[in-house]
Amino acid sequence: MNFEQSDDRRMLRETLARYLADACPVTARAEVAYAAPWHGPEAWAGMAELGVFHALAREEAGGMGGTGFDISVVFEELGRALCPEPVLPTLLGIRLLAAAGGDVEPLLAGQHVAVGIGELEAPYDLDGIETHADAGRLTGRKSVVYGGAGAERLLIAAQADGRLALFDVKAGDAQVTGYGMVDGGPAAEVFLDATPGELVLADARAALSDALDVGALALCAEALGAMEVVQDTLVDYLKTRTQFGQPIGTFQALQHRAIDLSIEIEQARSIVILAASAEGTADFAKRVSQAKFLVGQIARQVSEEAIQMHGGIGITWDYPLAHYAKRLVMIDAQLGDTDWYLERLITARASE
Amino acid sequence: MDLNFSAEEQAFQVEVRAFLSEALPPEIAERVGRGEGPTREDMERWHAILNERGWLAGTWPKAFGGQDWGPIALHIFEEECAKANAPRIVPFGIKMLGPVLQKFGTPEQQAEYLPRILDGRDWWCQGYSEPGAGSDLASLKTRADRDGAHYIVNGQKTWTTLGQYANRIFCLVRTKFDGKPQEGISFLLIDLDQPGVEMRPIRLIEGGYEVNEVFFTDVRVPVANRVGEENMGWTIAKYLLGHERTNIAGTGFSVQALAQVKALAREVKRGGKALIETPLFAARLARVEAELEALKITNLRMLSKAAAGGQLAAEPSMLKIKGTEIRQELNDLARRALGPAAAPFPSEDLDNLAIAPKGHAHNASGYFNNRKISIYGGSNEIQRNILAKGMMRG
Repeated sequence: MNFEQSDDRRMLRETLARYLADACPVTARAEVAYAAPWHGPEAWAGMAELGVFHALAREEAGGMGGTGFDISVVFEELGRALCPEPVLPTLLGIRLLAAAGGDVEPLLAGQHVAVGIGELEAPYDLDGIETHADAGRLTGRKSVVYGGAGAERLLIAAQADGRLALFDVKAGDAQVTGYGMVDGGPAAEVFLDATPGELVLADARAALSDALDVGALALCAEALGAMEVVQDTLVDYLKTRTQFGQPIGTFQALQHRAIDLSIEIEQARSIVILAASAEGTADFAKRVSQAKFLVGQIARQVSEEAIQMHGGIGITWDYPLAHYAKRLVMIDAQLGDTDWYLERLITARASE
Repeated sequence: MDLNFSAEEQAFQVEVRAFLSEALPPEIAERVGRGEGPTREDMERWHAILNERGWLAGTWPKAFGGQDWGPIALHIFEEECAKANAPRIVPFGIKMLGPVLQKFGTPEQQAEYLPRILDGRDWWCQGYSEPGAGSDLASLKTRADRDGAHYIVNGQKTWTTLGQYANRIFCLVRTKFDGKPQEGISFLLIDLDQPGVEMRPIRLIEGGYEVNEVFFTDVRVPVANRVGEENMGWTIAKYLLGHERTNIAGTGFSVQALAQVKALAREVKRGGKALIETPLFAARLARVEAELEALKITNLRMLSKAAAGGQLAAEPSMLKIKGTEIRQELNDLARRALGPAAAPFPSEDLDNLAIAPKGHAHNASGYFNNRKISIYGGSNEIQRNILAKGMMRG
């Protein structure tokens, strides 16, 4: 048994952490993440140069990683830095194109891709997708497409010939309305009206499921990194904020609540490790469901409790913790929330 | 045991409903219902409408322009207002300063300020908290030094809600610098439109502006603007904390929020069926609804006791804790029900895209903003301290 990261991944973590501290300082986030283009193009370009995206792709696809642990290391650091760069769609894009045997190279080099799967009435379920393709032309609407604002190409899940297929659409051919998110970062509504698309995978169901699972793992790792920063910030505050003539951290009522959070965060770390280790195995979907369910629940608890123990300062825009808290709450609604994954676990159990 | 309002109280309830359906401007109710909050104009307009009916300050004595309402009448009025999506009455003049002046003010202060609160000439805000004095309010440092017939005020207040619209502020200031901190505090009325006063907005988590910092540099305040004796401010602050706490549970807001979440969960579709039919979400709704039904009765039990002249001790703190927890849970469900559609940063440009159902684009912002309700007005931790002290003493 060995729970240490390999030297390679440790180096990746350190390099990325150093880069992010410099290129996306959390102090700049309150500006960068909330105004068009809702991320920092220079930070993005630098990340591509650094080879961050290569860490998300397997060697056979031209990358240098792509396993569960490579992905979790990268996203944990993105979460720690509260980095608004839309790396998630790049991860999904790499996964989908690789599954189709397509060319991943442009994505590794930093091309902006967005992946349109969820729809207004089917935000999480592949079964509910109504966007359809006829003779290579797509019609439908993709909603809250993460990274959609500023994307150069769109990978779109659509019904075609009775199967769920994947198409490659030039962003310029679709109507893309970009906007920022309440927790920062870019998204868009994508309207397709007989929009030309190139077929990438005729039967994309398995590839889409896998990409969504990998995406959920990445989000759990991102949340984990963010939660650890929140916990550090909280402990620091408890030690330094003085009321009634003593640091508020001397009050047992607060000590116990802070400790409860640290226990939950350890649980989150463990379930992320378990899910990352299952990547590429038959257990992956189940482990990811357990992880996203638990992490969603813990992330809400951590952000609400950290705000509450800070008092008023915790709900001010100028205090970075507030932005971490928003991300931690909103991350639950990406790619499936706690209830959705819990239901998936219940359904899977029933058929065991 | 009878859980119903008396015939007289029910008649009043009918009267309030009729008034609201006629007098509450629909565009204001719509803005409040959407969670955008009322605009300054909405609040001023609603105050004027209520004042014309004589209901702006229903609990004030008739001699001061009120209706002598008891706690049950006030409860009925506030519940009906909340259910109708009426703007909340801005509390600083009506609910806070008014009763203080009536109890501790001089006849001159009462004659000068009470009419101006009612007719809207004065908009008051509150100067209590300071950066170093939040839960530990008695440690406040803003100082008022005597200079003949004036005090010279220096210091900083914070979390001053809607201070950007106010022309006056009531402040707790330090007038004695030795002894017990509680015994050196005075209550001052300060005109904001004068040199040395600076109001700076604080941006909140969701991006909105409703609270401010207020800086005082050598601000001259006539001694006649002190309410009560010098160094008696803490008594006034405590009186205020114990006053008008009947609506502290906010059950009216929760009833309204629950109805909205249910309607939303019927409208939102997941996998071809309504969200309200999915067992896990339905369970969340059922849980909070049971809690709310219990709280409504807890609240009525307290009101009944207060109306019979009973002394309230632990009840307001309990109601504040449970009431805010339930409201925050409902805010969570309103955001959760939308899934990713809660994520777009609210903006008028997005309204025609209808990402969230109409009236729900602010659900995530509302959830984040309402984290404040378990912090302000004595955080839930402070309420628990009050309860624990009482329990261990008793």
